[in-house]
Amino acid sequence: MQLVLERRAERSGTIALASPLIAVGLTLVTMIILFAILGKNPLLALHAYFIAPLTDGYSLQEIAVKATPLVMIAIGLSLCYLANAWNIGAEGQFLIGAVAGSWIALKTQGTDAGAWVLPAMLVLAAAAGALYALIPAICRVKFGASEILTSLMLVYVAELFLDYLVRGPWRDPQGFNFPTTAEFDPVATVPLLIEGGRLHLGSAIALLVVGGAAILLGRTIKGFGIRVVGAAPRAARFGGFNANQLIILTFAVSGALAGLAGIIEVAGPVGHLQPGISPGYGFTAIIVAFLGRLNPLGILVAGLFLALTFIGGEQAQIAMKIPLDVTKVFQGILLFYVLACDSLILYRFKLVLPSRQVARGAG
Amino acid sequence: MRKSLLALTAGLLLAGSLSAASAADKLKVGFIYVGPIGDLGWTYQHDLGRQALVKELGDKIETTYLENVPEGPDAERAIEQLARAGNKLIFTTSFGYMDSTLKVAKKYPNVHFEHATGYKRNPNMSTYSAKWYQGRYIQGLIAARMSKSGVLGYIGSFPIPEVVSGINATMLAAQTINPNIKVKIIWANTWFDPGKEADAAKALIDQGADVIMQHTDSPAAMQIASERGKLAFGQDSEMIKFGPKTQLTSIIDTWGPYYIERVKAELAGTWKSEDTWGGLDSHMFVMAPYTNMPDDVKKMAEDAQAAITAGKLHPFKCPIVGQDGKPVECKGGDHLDDSQILGMNFYVKGIDDKLPGK
Repeated sequence: MQLVLERRAERSGTIALASPLIAVGLTLVTMIILFAILGKNPLLALHAYFIAPLTDGYSLQEIAVKATPLVMIAIGLSLCYLANAWNIGAEGQFLIGAVAGSWIALKTQGTDAGAWVLPAMLVLAAAAGALYALIPAICRVKFGASEILTSLMLVYVAELFLDYLVRGPWRDPQGFNFPTTAEFDPVATVPLLIEGGRLHLGSAIALLVVGGAAILLGRTIKGFGIRVVGAAPRAARFGGFNANQLIILTFAVSGALAGLAGIIEVAGPVGHLQPGISPGYGFTAIIVAFLGRLNPLGILVAGLFLALTFIGGEQAQIAMKIPLDVTKVFQGILLFYVLACDSLILYRFKLVLPSRQVARGAG
Repeated sequence: MRKSLLALTAGLLLAGSLSAASAADKLKVGFIYVGPIGDLGWTYQHDLGRQALVKELGDKIETTYLENVPEGPDAERAIEQLARAGNKLIFTTSFGYMDSTLKVAKKYPNVHFEHATGYKRNPNMSTYSAKWYQGRYIQGLIAARMSKSGVLGYIGSFPIPEVVSGINATMLAAQTINPNIKVKIIWANTWFDPGKEADAAKALIDQGADVIMQHTDSPAAMQIASERGKLAFGQDSEMIKFGPKTQLTSIIDTWGPYYIERVKAELAGTWKSEDTWGGLDSHMFVMAPYTNMPDDVKKMAEDAQAAITAGKLHPFKCPIVGQDGKPVECKGGDHLDDSQILGMNFYVKGIDDKLPGK
């Protein structure tokens, strides 16, 4: 006897929409059990995680700051994934964007350059991210190389390149050999939206990106093409949509958004280039994209929710002395349930009685 | 059922707020750690210091820590979270937190900050560190006596002055025993990454090193040296259980007394921004027992330790010749002065390596 997954003949639209909510609900139940095992009051712990950060302006700002790169990257990734193009290398595109933008910031340092510096940094970062993403896209289209592997491997190339720059040519001469560039000049810094706060212009840009993606997917032929190519490649071919062209396009757009997120992070909250500017944003954004059902508004909500778990995780550490690892366990459990729920919408379990053939084949 | 659940919730929340109220009378002290408290090295020792603090002053204070906080954009937020949670004295325990600590310190003038191993201060931000180069000097003596191949392996973290001065002190000591001693250096570019640290140790041993020293935080290198039958020095913590036949000694950080002193000052209202740089005489670090070496080597190590503690022996005694063959300017009379050691950015003669980026 064995269990097999069998594709369901039809899927329920309501359940498909409710699936992420069910996943969140299951995660909460699991967390309550986990907190109880740890000897922590589950209600207070969940309060510290999910309610306390929403009750003051400071934490809300921090959530927005944390969600900004996640949402921007995830929007780009969702376009790729909708078109059946698997960009796993957003982390690398993020870093390359950060490096390219920083180049302008460092070249103009101390030269009284005008207000053009920041816009130029943003444009160059987006262009660099796009170009970097085009490498795996072109390899896929021209040579049939798996874009999953090539885009992932290029993450390490980008990491090492950034490492080389901040340890070598770009290192702050006054930095006592610590691997970081000098602090950027004010003209090369993303302006704050609230004086004395941490919320910066990047969060507004992220909202524009969400809006743009919603229009692209919902209202344009290009957006329709992206969805058709992903959902029904044969139909797309008959419809005259060029799948290869769309792979190139979606990779370029997602690379540009990741690169933009990179320079905004560096020129915003960080203020200089250093290794470790991304605690894995490019990978976490993959979770965000799927948690948001590859839908722009869903991604916005998912990004804010995941940011909430980071900030709440810290507050829980402070208020309840809950270890950091619990936050990571939490994110892992969440992804697990999201994937599990999605699988069960498309498939169902079926018990298969052993046939003679199976018994013989199993050996 | 529903009613009772609501009552339960209310009761629990009430209990929570009550306990928060009683805790409000205590002084809140916060800690930011760069590694997990289970790193068995740097962060572990800081947490032992925190535990000593709780043991001594537990009825007057409440401590909180955030562990595994990366030295990047998250650090500023983590430090600020502690300040916002009502912590009045906050210890940030890694070099890379320097700018983040300063930023938050300027934003919260009524909170006191203590940054480990940095050099930037503020009226409400102190710095504290230890003269580990003194321990490195003793280790250099031992290493030169114990090495058969005449090649030492050194796992560096970041080429910051603290690490560079440790390498120089080791070599200056080793050269007094064996003028031709060699050192191989691998930069792990991390404080804590057991995988990378182990790889570095393997590579060093493959290059002929038979005594391994490290400036990273985990016992991984000790374990590799132990497997390969080589010798090694522990770092930050007592690591003898990871190499009972391997560890020669270890520089053990003892932060407890300093933390207790600073918190007492805070409680008494006499806390001031200071720069503390404790040596062997201050007990800010101690040497683990000298093991796995003949008695005469042990005696030499103990004598050197006594001489350094008494101030009779200075590891950076002049004349010192730089890697370029030119003598180093001697600003401290017969030895380098503190600022030269704190900003050390050169290798001494005999180190066959290039400082990254030089």
